Amino acid sequence: MYAQMVKSTGQGVKSLDEMDPQERAFQERINAGDKIEPKDWMPAGYRKTLIRQIGQHAHSEIVGQLPEGNWITRAPTLERKAILLAKVQDEAGHGLYLYCAAETLGVTRDELTEMLLDGRMKYSSIFNYPTLTWADMGAVGWLVDGAAIMNQVPLQRTSYGPYARAMVRICKEESFHQRQGFDIMMKMANGTTAQKRMAQDALNRFWGPSLMMFGPSDGDSVHSAQSMAWKIKMNGNDELRQLFVDQTAPQAEYLGLTIPDETLNWNDEKGGYDFAQPDWDEFFDVLKGNGPEAANRMEARNKAWDDGAWVRDGMMAHADKKRAAKLAAE
Amino acid sequence: MSNLFEFACRMGDNSLVLGHRVSEWCGVAPVLEEDIALANIALDLIGQTQLWLGLAAEIEGSDRDADALAFRRDVWDFRNLLLVEQPNRDFGHTMMRQFLFDAWHFEMLGALKGSDHTQISAIAEKSLKEVTYHLERSTDTVIALGDGTEESHNRMQNALDRLWPYVGEMFLNDDCDHIDTSSLRPAFDARLADVLGQATLVQPDSTFTHKGGKTGARHTEALGHMLAVMQSLPRAYPDAKW
Repeated sequence: MYAQMVKSTGQGVKSLDEMDPQERAFQERINAGDKIEPKDWMPAGYRKTLIRQIGQHAHSEIVGQLPEGNWITRAPTLERKAILLAKVQDEAGHGLYLYCAAETLGVTRDELTEMLLDGRMKYSSIFNYPTLTWADMGAVGWLVDGAAIMNQVPLQRTSYGPYARAMVRICKEESFHQRQGFDIMMKMANGTTAQKRMAQDALNRFWGPSLMMFGPSDGDSVHSAQSMAWKIKMNGNDELRQLFVDQTAPQAEYLGLTIPDETLNWNDEKGGYDFAQPDWDEFFDVLKGNGPEAANRMEARNKAWDDGAWVRDGMMAHADKKRAAKLAAE
Repeated sequence: MSNLFEFACRMGDNSLVLGHRVSEWCGVAPVLEEDIALANIALDLIGQTQLWLGLAAEIEGSDRDADALAFRRDVWDFRNLLLVEQPNRDFGHTMMRQFLFDAWHFEMLGALKGSDHTQISAIAEKSLKEVTYHLERSTDTVIALGDGTEESHNRMQNALDRLWPYVGEMFLNDDCDHIDTSSLRPAFDARLADVLGQATLVQPDSTFTHKGGKTGARHTEALGHMLAVMQSLPRAYPDAKW
């Protein structure tokens, strides 16, 4: 899940009877499974919440290039290097479609970028963790992309058309990413003693942060309730977390790795695993900007943006000159 | 060591070293479209590396494969041009280096396509499709930034001046070269004059050239640092399979 704790109106969900006719017609379209398109009328809160959510998702794709980019120059074979490059390129592509989807709501990519760079907008907490060994490239694909898919597959049915369509393409690529991550983990888990240690260490470090990706329990969150009524959030956080654990635990067993949770146990009665909650204090620390690599991530993005200013200006100046020359020739 | 092995290493090392340099931009390019394009170019070059070094390994006929050639040779065994190992410095240097190399690479692959060695001809044909696009992009970028703002113009001129002494090595010819590389110069020069003209950049008048990359006689210091990073895992864990 690349969008966490997205705030909506904070006012609670209105019943159809409390809505004015326009808003009621809108909600009825959503209830009927219609897609909302950019030129359709929509409540201001729906637009604002979607901009926050899609923007946060896009920023996550962009910042998410950094922990994996950290290993592109050290990928151990030509094939692994090519696969990782293709993956990081896909992520930049996902960022691009998502910014385009957000732009249909009346915000520019540059405005969203400025909000990321000055800290007004967030990105997923997971990308504030370091990638320390090659096994982390496996763990990121297997666990992080695996967790993201849990949330993104249902979002293909989200109510906002451009977001739903972006998600269809993103999901296809994400499932490829998850498979290649698992493939790295298999090689590592079945490799030398050192490789097995790396694989277990990666799982130890990424397990908790992966569970945190779904966000804290929704409980009676008014934001979640509103987003679910608008179908821009399709499932509860605990429900998705449970699905993720149920999918991942047997995979870890298959790899011969141990999930760092002594309480993890199959529960016949509920038909799912019992598991321990991650350290939510750590999660809130990370959200406040205290993630282990948070300062470095923001520094890298800010530096890239600042260093690139002359390039963007130069490109624009040249385009303006070409346009002026074309006009003069007409 | 056969001439053909040496030649396949030259081609493969060029694409490996440049592909690696370009991949260093991952996630920090000036604009998102550039992140995507640079990753794409790096990906093409790494793909070409697999083909050329695969061919080199086959010619050598020992137990080394393309990965062993890429990750287990040291600086003096690399056969890439000095131009491609130059550090990225800024985006202007990166794109000027790319343009100078692409303009040579395009002519080189065009000539190799006609080789009677079927594998060389096939690799050249496949690579040429990709490199045609690389050249189109780097040409457009050099023109746009050369003819952009005063700052972008100055940065591009500075990049050209700095990289110019590495251009001549691309056209030095010896017995290992599968074709006469000096014959590629007129077409390269004509393109260069056209593009620099549109970019309002001035071609340096020096004819001095650094050499020693493609023969392995004397690389620059930059290559060793690059290999130290690139080869770190296979060197640290020689028994591991990845």
